[in-house]
Amino acid sequence: MKILSCPLNGPRPVSEFAYGGELRTASNPDRCSDEEWSRYVFNRSGSPGVKYEWWCHIASGFWFIVLRDTLRDVVIATYPAEAVRGGLIPQNVLA
Amino acid sequence: MPYRLLRFAVSRKHPEPRMFTHHDILKPGYEVVIIGAGGHGLAAAYYLARDHGIRDVAVLDKGYLGGGNTGRNTTIIRSNYLTPEGVKFYDESVRLWQDLATDFDLNLFYSTRGHFTLAHTDAAMRTMRWRAEVNKHFGVRSEAVDAAFVKRAIPSIDMSCGGHAPILGALFHEPGAIARHDAVAWGYGRGADRRGVEIHQQTEVTGIEVLGGRVIGVQTTRGRVATSRVICAVAGFTPRILDMVGLHTPIYIHPLQAMVSEPVKPWLDPIIVSGSLHVYVSQTARGELVMGASLDPYELHSTRSTLDFAEGLSAHMLDMFPFLSEVKVNRQWAGLADMTPDFAPIMGTTPVEGFFLDAGWGTWGFKATPVCGKTMSHSVATGRNHPLIEGFSLDRFARFRLTGEKGAASVGH
Repeated sequence: MKILSCPLNGPRPVSEFAYGGELRTASNPDRCSDEEWSRYVFNRSGSPGVKYEWWCHIASGFWFIVLRDTLRDVVIATYPAEAVRGGLIPQNVLA
Repeated sequence: MPYRLLRFAVSRKHPEPRMFTHHDILKPGYEVVIIGAGGHGLAAAYYLARDHGIRDVAVLDKGYLGGGNTGRNTTIIRSNYLTPEGVKFYDESVRLWQDLATDFDLNLFYSTRGHFTLAHTDAAMRTMRWRAEVNKHFGVRSEAVDAAFVKRAIPSIDMSCGGHAPILGALFHEPGAIARHDAVAWGYGRGADRRGVEIHQQTEVTGIEVLGGRVIGVQTTRGRVATSRVICAVAGFTPRILDMVGLHTPIYIHPLQAMVSEPVKPWLDPIIVSGSLHVYVSQTARGELVMGASLDPYELHSTRSTLDFAEGLSAHMLDMFPFLSEVKVNRQWAGLADMTPDFAPIMGTTPVEGFFLDAGWGTWGFKATPVCGKTMSHSVATGRNHPLIEGFSLDRFARFRLTGEKGAASVGH
């Protein structure tokens, strides 16, 4: 991956972007146990796969979602951040 | 033709002993199975056989011996860490390194050079003093030195670093050293092999059988083996092995790249690290400059190289040493780094009985090879974590008791 297509700015060199980690839903700190909270804070899905990720176009400060194969470094799709609420992301990813 | 060679020509089978024995088949079971024939895995096998009398051991590797991060690192050995846990652990490693070549009867080209971690800001100088004090408290030779000391030791360095990152001082760590990394794997491998350990290359582990929370066997591309104890020492492939036993950990994978220049005459004696410029560099006995930088900025499970990396690292090298502008880069490569949130490894027992982790070795694993072998073999033989690795256990995250080593483990964070 050398070029990343930003939903706002179009195709740009990957050096203009910052990686923000996998898309996850936070545990509720008021209701979850300490153990659940530690799992949310620290644990990651470390194996390769096709993952939804947060990325940011640094120059414009625009956060968006990238669907990427982390084994082959191939971007499958990019979505604006609204996609998280708009039903474009499968429910099991957000659960 | 010398008789020694002629003898080989007429022999049906090459009589010169190979470095390692080739085993045609896997046995139906082993007392201990070690996944990963890198430095760490082979060191664990070596000490299991030598110190604990456990010789019924198989070391499995899906590739070739020492072909992972053991052969991809920049070979720096040091113990100037920040946490008491880290300093004690790595200091024991440095001590073990000293007589490893004698143990192996193999030249490791272990070369004590002195190690400078440059400080370009007041904040960095404060960290260097902090590290120096922690180090000295545990008897490790480190001291904070001023700019004049750095200039005397490295006369060719541009003290202003291109005018934008002036060097204020450094942490000087006298025992800092480099070694020939391939020979470390060969030495441990041969030592283990001679004591009866079986090394099986091109044998990929495809599954780990767990019954009632205990390891009972390992499935491989060459058949199943029964075992009750498994050590996972696979560097950047740890999460894939953990999926086989259903363990969740904080480990995530980023590539770490490095490169080496063409050989030039010896001019750089010490090892130089700059956190601000994201560079570490040393000159090998062959005259090549071995250079590394920070991690690639996003998750990836591929050892591809990038031009971004070579450009960025070269620019920072030239900030320190402008006269290198005509020197060519010979090779560039990458390894997969097992990163953890606190930049300390994850070692020892796990909730799965008989499954031992030697993981989370990020960008700091080579120097720890001997002490990892020692402590992992102890943990496997006794079933209890060695005291030196108690601060690195997997359950520290659930207890929110991290071993924060970020300030000393790596560059550019």
